[in-house]
Amino acid sequence: MKVIRSMVLVSVDETSLARGAQDVFRAFLDEIEKFGLSDQIAVTTILDPGVHGDTPLVIVYPDSAVYAPVTVADVHTIVEEHLYKGNIVPSLLAMMHELVPEIGWMRGRRGALPVQKRIVLERVGVVNPESIEDYILYDGYQALAKALTHMKPAEVISQVEKSGLQGRGGAGFPTGRKWSFVANTPGFPKYVICNADESEPGTFKDRLVLEGDPFSIIEAMTIAGYAINAHEGYIYIRGEYPLAYKRIENAVHQAEAHGLLGDHLFGTDFSFHIHPHAGAGAYICGEETALIESLEGKRGMPRARPPYPTTYGLFGKPTVVNNVETLANIPPILRNGAVWYREIGSPKSTGTKVYTILGNVNFTGAIEVPMGITIREVIDIYGKGMKNGKKLKLVQSGGSSGSIAPASLQDVPMDFDSFRNAGVSLGSGALLVCNEDTCVVDLARVILRFFRNESCGKCTPCRIGTLQLYEIVSRIAEGQGTLADLDAMVRISEAMSEVSNCGLGQTAPTALLDILKYFRAEVETHIVDHVCPTGVCTALKHSLVSAPVE
Amino acid sequence: MDHENKDLDLASLVDKVVREHGATPDSVIPILSEINRTLGYIPAGTLPEIRRRIQIPQEGVFLADSHVYSAASFYQMFSLKPLGRHVIRFCESAPCHVEGGRQVIEALQKELGLQPGETSQDQKWSLLTTSCLGVCSVGPVFLVDDDIFGNVTPERVPEILARYE
Repeated sequence: MKVIRSMVLVSVDETSLARGAQDVFRAFLDEIEKFGLSDQIAVTTILDPGVHGDTPLVIVYPDSAVYAPVTVADVHTIVEEHLYKGNIVPSLLAMMHELVPEIGWMRGRRGALPVQKRIVLERVGVVNPESIEDYILYDGYQALAKALTHMKPAEVISQVEKSGLQGRGGAGFPTGRKWSFVANTPGFPKYVICNADESEPGTFKDRLVLEGDPFSIIEAMTIAGYAINAHEGYIYIRGEYPLAYKRIENAVHQAEAHGLLGDHLFGTDFSFHIHPHAGAGAYICGEETALIESLEGKRGMPRARPPYPTTYGLFGKPTVVNNVETLANIPPILRNGAVWYREIGSPKSTGTKVYTILGNVNFTGAIEVPMGITIREVIDIYGKGMKNGKKLKLVQSGGSSGSIAPASLQDVPMDFDSFRNAGVSLGSGALLVCNEDTCVVDLARVILRFFRNESCGKCTPCRIGTLQLYEIVSRIAEGQGTLADLDAMVRISEAMSEVSNCGLGQTAPTALLDILKYFRAEVETHIVDHVCPTGVCTALKHSLVSAPVE
Repeated sequence: MDHENKDLDLASLVDKVVREHGATPDSVIPILSEINRTLGYIPAGTLPEIRRRIQIPQEGVFLADSHVYSAASFYQMFSLKPLGRHVIRFCESAPCHVEGGRQVIEALQKELGLQPGETSQDQKWSLLTTSCLGVCSVGPVFLVDDDIFGNVTPERVPEILARYE
């Protein structure tokens, strides 16, 4: 029998691949072969848990030595010194400050950082995402086996309801209730759709799951299918995620080959099939009815609701649409029970949340923590503080459609209820951290340009409103604004929020309204004094005092 | 160029792609994606070809040319006109912007002499902007064809562009 004494993991996320991870991987195989170590050392790939600066990254177990960035030229030294002679190579180890906390602890800092609670990302970076055997070794398919052989569909739904799981796509709708709507709606066939059209700027949590633990989504969708009596599932993956698509496609094939997807699963009468589908670039397709239209081969334009997809979804049939992160919670809930899940997070917002931390902090990447952590904690502990010691000015939470929280709100617990009470949306979990050098007018301009580009054009308030808001903010940035513009923007924004057909138009003005609420003086300075206090708007003066006399 | 031959080629490409993805209305987007990927853009002539192969009046499946066109013109990854040999897609969303994206797009524009949306005279480069690509933790980010470049600074732009023939 082969005894593996050491394990080499090479990161193969998008950035690592772009920097030659494949060549590094091959070089390891070659060098290990040359030293005659092939039967003692396993080389495998991992998805880098939380992306950071220095990739590709190589971890050698059991020593937990993290080398980064590794080039082909370094491989010989690592194999000879570390794997052959047993000496870690200090000069090639990753710089501590370049490592995300999840890996950082390995370098002698175990326990120094607060531990993340990983449920959704539990296997990401640990298992080989292209191997179903690996997935099964790490508890994979236990939940489906339990559901199919020991539970009735109604019991599955009631477990999910009792867990308190809320949708992680942004709206926070109780998942169990959604499932029971569809289960109780007459009509056949029914469909399960996994919404993997993750397009909210700053959000890539779903990509990490799709690329790093694709089988969990396949298993979860199959469980959902059993619960609501559906036999077909679709995964709508945004076109900009080719690696995620490849991994999901591979996972579907492997699951089918192992009899874990297809007809008569676990010897029961239940059959389930999954079709991966690639999008073609449209933010609006994250909206569930637009996604359904797009799956049907049309423009991704949202439908009028009601009827909701739970009664009139794909091809007019009752359909469950769940976000990737939501689905990733399902197998652990069934495996460990609703009671276990309820103990994590806060009473009204159970479980964990994956956040992506971006912007002017020392660490950027993804973390998974229990609901209820504060913005200050995220920045200080996981973001390792503000970059270059600058001051925090604001955080945008939930992507471009999310709200702006000024520094004064950084101690509000981040869960659905507390955030709602503070007038902030939790949204998709993206946290864009901006320092004192950020100009709010410039930020609003970039955000509104995004919505102007992405509005699908179906309904008037959104199509015209996003354009008008963008033009007005641009005018202000160029020193041509008037104070009356501010009132006009509020009027347009309110109209958009109230009468737009879907979430895009309703939330497009969110950031702008927050900026006018918390940073009105800075905007007015642009208009009245023709001064941009941060100096970002180049058409304006930097400050009143230093301005040359004209 | 021999136009008749070109039309023949397009027709046989559409044949192959439609066969692969299925001649049903819900396959329109995968079909368009594949054509876009193969040719770098979707020639106007392929749209009625696609429609013709999917429409089966005998079975009650009707499809208008405008249906195929409306899908082809909606999605950002589709181009209805030819692009340069190399296509740059620069992320202009807020996270990349906050991390210094504006200086990078300015450097790209200066280096290429192109405005966003333009293709160079020699057909080598197209400079496009895109919404978030989901690799925000290494912003600013742009794509050259299928290669992702992250943590880009204005200084790195000439070196990156020089890698492409």
